[in-house]
Amino acid sequence: MMTVDFKINGKSVSISAEPDTPLLWVIREHLKLTGTKYGCGAGMCGACTVHINGRSARSCRAQLQDMAGKSVTTIEGLSAASDHPLQKAWIAEQTPQCGYCQSGQIMQAADLLQKNPHPTRDEIVRHMDGNICRCGTYPRIVRAIERAVKEG
Amino acid sequence: MNAPAKSPLAPSRRGFLAGAASLGFAFTLGDLGGVATAQAAETSGHAIGYWVTINADGGIQIAMPAAEMGQGSSTGLAMVFAEELDADWPKVSTLDIATRADIYGNPAFGGALITVGSKSIQGYWDKVRLQAASVRRLLMQAAAAQWSVPLAELTTEPSVVVHAASVRRLTYGEIAAFAVVPAELPAVQKSELKPMSAYRIIGKPVARRDIPLKVDGSAKFGMDVQVPGMAYGTILRSPVEGASPKKVDEASVAAVPGIIKIVPMKDAVGIVAETIEAAFAARSALQVEWGAVDFHGYASEPALVQFVERAKKTSEAGLPYVKTGDSDTAFTKAAKIVTAEYTTDYLYHAQMEPINITASVNAEGDGAEIWMGTQSQSAIIGAAAAILKTKPEKITLHPHFLGGGFGRRSAPDMVPYALGMSKAVQRPVKVIWTREQDVKAAKMRPMTAHRLEAAVDEQGNVTGWRHRIVAESVVAYSAPERLAQAKGLDPLTLEGAKIDYEIANQTISYLREIRGAPLSAWRGIGAGHNKFAIEGFADEVATALTVDPVAFRLQLCKSNPRATKVIKTVAEMAGWGDARPAERAVGFAFGKVVDTWTAAVIEISLDRETGEIRAHRAWVALDPGIAVNPDSIVAQTEGNVVFGLSQVLKERVTISDGSVDQTNLFDYRVARMSDTPEIHVTVIPTNNPPSGMGEAALPLIGPAVANAMYVLTKKRFRNMPLIPQRVKATLKDNGSV
Ligand code: FES
Ligand code: FES
Repeated sequence: MMTVDFKINGKSVSISAEPDTPLLWVIREHLKLTGTKYGCGAGMCGACTVHINGRSARSCRAQLQDMAGKSVTTIEGLSAASDHPLQKAWIAEQTPQCGYCQSGQIMQAADLLQKNPHPTRDEIVRHMDGNICRCGTYPRIVRAIERAVKEG
Repeated sequence: MNAPAKSPLAPSRRGFLAGAASLGFAFTLGDLGGVATAQAAETSGHAIGYWVTINADGGIQIAMPAAEMGQGSSTGLAMVFAEELDADWPKVSTLDIATRADIYGNPAFGGALITVGSKSIQGYWDKVRLQAASVRRLLMQAAAAQWSVPLAELTTEPSVVVHAASVRRLTYGEIAAFAVVPAELPAVQKSELKPMSAYRIIGKPVARRDIPLKVDGSAKFGMDVQVPGMAYGTILRSPVEGASPKKVDEASVAAVPGIIKIVPMKDAVGIVAETIEAAFAARSALQVEWGAVDFHGYASEPALVQFVERAKKTSEAGLPYVKTGDSDTAFTKAAKIVTAEYTTDYLYHAQMEPINITASVNAEGDGAEIWMGTQSQSAIIGAAAAILKTKPEKITLHPHFLGGGFGRRSAPDMVPYALGMSKAVQRPVKVIWTREQDVKAAKMRPMTAHRLEAAVDEQGNVTGWRHRIVAESVVAYSAPERLAQAKGLDPLTLEGAKIDYEIANQTISYLREIRGAPLSAWRGIGAGHNKFAIEGFADEVATALTVDPVAFRLQLCKSNPRATKVIKTVAEMAGWGDARPAERAVGFAFGKVVDTWTAAVIEISLDRETGEIRAHRAWVALDPGIAVNPDSIVAQTEGNVVFGLSQVLKERVTISDGSVDQTNLFDYRVARMSDTPEIHVTVIPTNNPPSGMGEAALPLIGPAVANAMYVLTKKRFRNMPLIPQRVKATLKDNGSV
């Protein structure tokens, strides 16, 4: 058991758990921020994507013991009123189907637009390829990212 | 004010059982009376019957019988109801997913609450419209009485009853506040329902109501449930179907802190812990010795060879599924006979949300609360009541969003483990399966072998069709009594085996294998494997006759205007017959899937070094009858193309020594964004009842790819999936094609 202090969505938290506890479970079950999803636990699907210190990361592969002093953003903290340009574009394009992968998709896309505000289609595909959508919403994810780029 | 009126829809237990069984579920349902309180009564609005409540401010809440797993039925069904009620759409919302089958059951399934086979809009089409029309009639009657005018002089506008002669208007909200609701709502005849030409809501692209919740993490899936005082659980299920734990070595998890209890069960060991991370860590460490079962000897690859041998051994007739005309004579007289064998492998659903269920068994052990996403409220309640040997009304189910269904969430197989663990620790337990467990416990699409033969006469007409299907039965695994009812002809395995071609003499037969593999419906159901064989083979016959594949299908659908229209439309969209860039080719496939007339063209290229196939463009045309929410239909079809490519190019479960070889998403691969082609969809609405849209195009993607591969390579690819090593082997093979 160890206690680790870090920030999540701008708030300071102090979490006591086993050092190797995946950040995913800390977020979902200790902090009850359930927008971040468990898909594979193996870095293969991207459902668990969050930002750590501003960069997208798979929370199933990050461990509590490495989080001291870090700043984590989850889908709940992406925008104040669910109005991030990507979230608006996601609704405009009617992107989600089951919706389970979509928090991870949006967090991954937000990371792209931070680094590269005008990505080409190839750059979008390369950046998003680690995020599986079993329902097959890929065409609408691409369209939504392109819309967010345009409409900011 | 109003107590909900007694339902005019009498519960029929027998009908319900038959319906549930027809889906392939074996469980005891017990007494279905009064499973829950009428859900329409749980809001502050005025309930008018069981299906709707109307607030004074005009807000309208509609009951929702179908699970929402991304297919959009929760919006689509509300649209259908609102259309017939003549409601003001922006004021309409939906109530929680219903759990009372006697009121809200799907007539397509004998009144079970189940969301499978793309049958929500189709199955509820009449029921929901008649309910809504009754509510509208009641509102009009109440207004007529209030104004003392004849009912015949009243009309409605969105959420308003109008008396044009006296220029008077009452909103639905105003009427609901004073209307007296009788025990039975006024009856409306089907002939009185709104015609398609009068629709205001149906047929327009409508924003789905669940989408805003799915962009900010607020949508609640089963996985997200938090119950006060709950513990966490997971299972280590026998790697071989049906084996029981013989020896559980508890010492192997002694080092994991926070373990509450190890719970041996029939074919699994439950692990209950204070945290999910502890439960998962213990699952990795736990040593269990499993008993021996016959399925240990099973391996899929040699079995498939045996399936093919059996398909070829025509001395065994098999069970006739379709027998029209006289195919023996057609084949005896044939000028030419075309023959081929096709196969398809086992598949895993790979729904994004691993199986999970939260259960709390009461102290007496005779009741439970359950939180989860399920495709069948009826199956879950029925299974839980049977396990606890109690009445269904002692089971309270809280349905949540599903992180993918595709057939995997139609069975109640996760229920016993959750109840067992909750009972053992006397606490609510949230049970989450690891992805590895989800893969190992795959409930697969059956492995199949097909032999097809076509007889052609001197003039080049196809006069005879024979199709022999060798596979295990899906319902034999999930509801054995249903196989007997169907006289051995498994409706799920054989779904999609009928052809929509005008061929006079047909024999389609089923040769059932009994191997013990765990099976279930998989998106596309039987059409997923049957159309691969049928449409690949149809292309072969066209080639043998030196007829263009599209022209060939059009000839065989001469007197079918709906089929002709989708075939011609997709050919035009794809520029069928146009020159393609070098090393690209197009393939075509057609079929009626869940009653939707569908045709698809895929453009591919092939890397001959690696054997990898890439899809560049896809075109789909479909006629779903009345297109309730056209944008949802397009979205579903895009998903079908991606899912269909995934199954034809990548997905495959193999079994060795009785257990699934694959472990997680790195060795069970599914389509990613880079695998996605440009997709064009044309929806052709017709004035026919709406048909299923969740899986219409999927079964055509496999054969369209295989047919395009023939154009590129002059080789036939008859074994799905077309994974690189198979492609390379076929390219090397110089034998006849
Ligand atoms: S759950 Fe983390 S990548 Fe799949
Ligand atoms: S929307 Fe279902 S997995 Fe992406």
